[in-house]
Amino acid sequence: MSRIDRCFEALKETGKKALIPYITGGDPKPGATVELMHTLVEAGADILEIGVPFSDPMADGPVIQLACERALAHNTSMRDVLAMVKTFRETNADTGIALMGYLNPIEVMGYEVFAKLCDDSGLDAVLIVDMPPEESADLTAALKVYNIQTIYLLAPTTPDARATTICDHGEGYLYYVSVKGVTGSAALDIDDVKSNLARIRSKTDLPLAVGFGIKDGPTAAAVAQVADAVIVGSALVNCIARNQDNVPAIKKEMSEIVSQMRTAMDAAV
Amino acid sequence: MIDLKAVTQLPTESGHFGPYGGRFVSETLMSALDDLSELYERLSKDPAFQKEYDEDLAHYVGRPSPLYFAERLTEKVGGAKIYLKREDLNHTGAHKVNNTIGQALLAKYTGKPNVIAETGAGQHGVATATVAARLGLKCTVFMGATDIERQKLNVYRMRLLGAEVVSVDSGTATLKDAMNEAMRHWVTNVDDTFYIIGTAAGPHPYPKLVRDFQSIIGRETKRQSVLQEGRLPDALVACIGGGSNAIGMFYPFIEDEAVAMYGVEAGGRGLDGDDHAAPLCKGKPGVLHGNRTYLMEDENGQIMGTHSVSAGLDYPGVGPEHSYLKDIGRVNYVAATDDEALAAFHTLTEVEGIMPALESSHAVAYGMKLAATMDKDQILVINLSGRGDKDIHTVAGLAGIEI
Repeated sequence: MSRIDRCFEALKETGKKALIPYITGGDPKPGATVELMHTLVEAGADILEIGVPFSDPMADGPVIQLACERALAHNTSMRDVLAMVKTFRETNADTGIALMGYLNPIEVMGYEVFAKLCDDSGLDAVLIVDMPPEESADLTAALKVYNIQTIYLLAPTTPDARATTICDHGEGYLYYVSVKGVTGSAALDIDDVKSNLARIRSKTDLPLAVGFGIKDGPTAAAVAQVADAVIVGSALVNCIARNQDNVPAIKKEMSEIVSQMRTAMDAAV
Repeated sequence: MIDLKAVTQLPTESGHFGPYGGRFVSETLMSALDDLSELYERLSKDPAFQKEYDEDLAHYVGRPSPLYFAERLTEKVGGAKIYLKREDLNHTGAHKVNNTIGQALLAKYTGKPNVIAETGAGQHGVATATVAARLGLKCTVFMGATDIERQKLNVYRMRLLGAEVVSVDSGTATLKDAMNEAMRHWVTNVDDTFYIIGTAAGPHPYPKLVRDFQSIIGRETKRQSVLQEGRLPDALVACIGGGSNAIGMFYPFIEDEAVAMYGVEAGGRGLDGDDHAAPLCKGKPGVLHGNRTYLMEDENGQIMGTHSVSAGLDYPGVGPEHSYLKDIGRVNYVAATDDEALAAFHTLTEVEGIMPALESSHAVAYGMKLAATMDKDQILVINLSGRGDKDIHTVAGLAGIEI
């Protein structure tokens, strides 16, 4: 059983929900990422999503676009991000890690080489924003050789028939995009999320994670009541943006945000 | 031997041209693209829709555009007979309007009140703003800050037409970034917004429907060549940024093996360095803006900044059908540098009294070179995709003249 599957099994027994923070690898500088990953886990993260910076992040809002630009200013590559995961694994063997990014940095490397590198780094899953299931057969086949899971997105605009297909392809967890928009969008509508999750729940037993529009303890708690996992990205990346030259300050602030969410979520369920 | 008839039936139902094309977008847009495919499949077989499109092309755009024998240019070059397909004479001054008319009609059928577009040189933005004004749709155009600066005239034209022009500062602030921003806007407003993509790239079904709407160029050329010369041309030349005017010219000739075809990319300061926009000549396949195609990218898969004197060719990708036509060897992809294009701009202006867009000047430059190597009884058609009024400031600036 994968780290991610084990994590959700364990949480199920305690009745708690998973907290999944996102940061971009190499932001604000490559040397900080592993440290920040450990900070997130200490503050209460269950699984980590690590972004691979891309020059054209078409599905991201300004906050994560700027994170990509900061990381790319240091030439952070796919290989660099996987090396960060490998370093993290030296002192953490349990926390599931999903790589999140766009397809082109994988295309250029070749699917087999990429899958092997993922395995070598101790990565658990990949989530490719611009790769719907229709285009994913070759990459998922390469990843399956090493038991690397592929996580898919579902959106408010996903019709029922597509949702069924996506649920059938899904592994690890399903990422429900709570709002029509890019990352860092405006607040989500919890009733809308609730009814959409119910629709998806009828099709699958996979854990349902919700991302987009979750920025603090109260929103995290509200989502935890209706979903299996809460994903927070732009709120944390913003905290990196505010303290670019001061990693200790980032750690402190990030730790506070994640702990608050953890506490609020645990109290809510 | 490749079955060229089968080539003309592409893309597949899933939008693929061999390994290229497809649909690489975030999940939020998938259903809108499915709906668009379905709508287009239905309407493209609907005689009423076709009639409306044809009538708009005839009475609003002013088609057919002439196939003009450039006699003085032919004499000057001293080779094949050079014909110009005069897309510059279309309403709004470029081939772009053939496609915006078609997509705006699709938008009308969807009932969505808003249209958006990305633009580089501003020609597609102007063409979109124009049809939006005519149909009473609200229009927003995304344009890189760099392009806004070098295409001021078109920016003002769009505003006069009632469009909102949004300046895009992210990345390299050119066409690719405008397309990123248009996609972001579309994700957020997908329920009431129709995205009019200007080039034969992007997620399926855009490459197909842009090609179909632009194919009027090649169909007319075929008919006119037979009427005026009694036979098909020996060679076709068109410039390529995303490649919409080129695919429109080439597609109807794919099965006519005797017709050689040349797509001219922006060679910028030369193909030896990185300062160009020639993914088919110098790039490799990758995934960007919803499709798999040849791209200008670095060894880590990051998209590279491009350079061209013409904003409309300043794009690191290209339509997926061109990538496929390159691989099967049906079309030759070549490049013309900034300097060659500028020289051709002046030559055509002085010899024929026709001022070409800087984009089209790349085709003129290569077409002249090619014609010189051909026999006098051969026929070469250059697709003159747009007129050059919009580039006068750039040309004057390069000559050190302030207007």
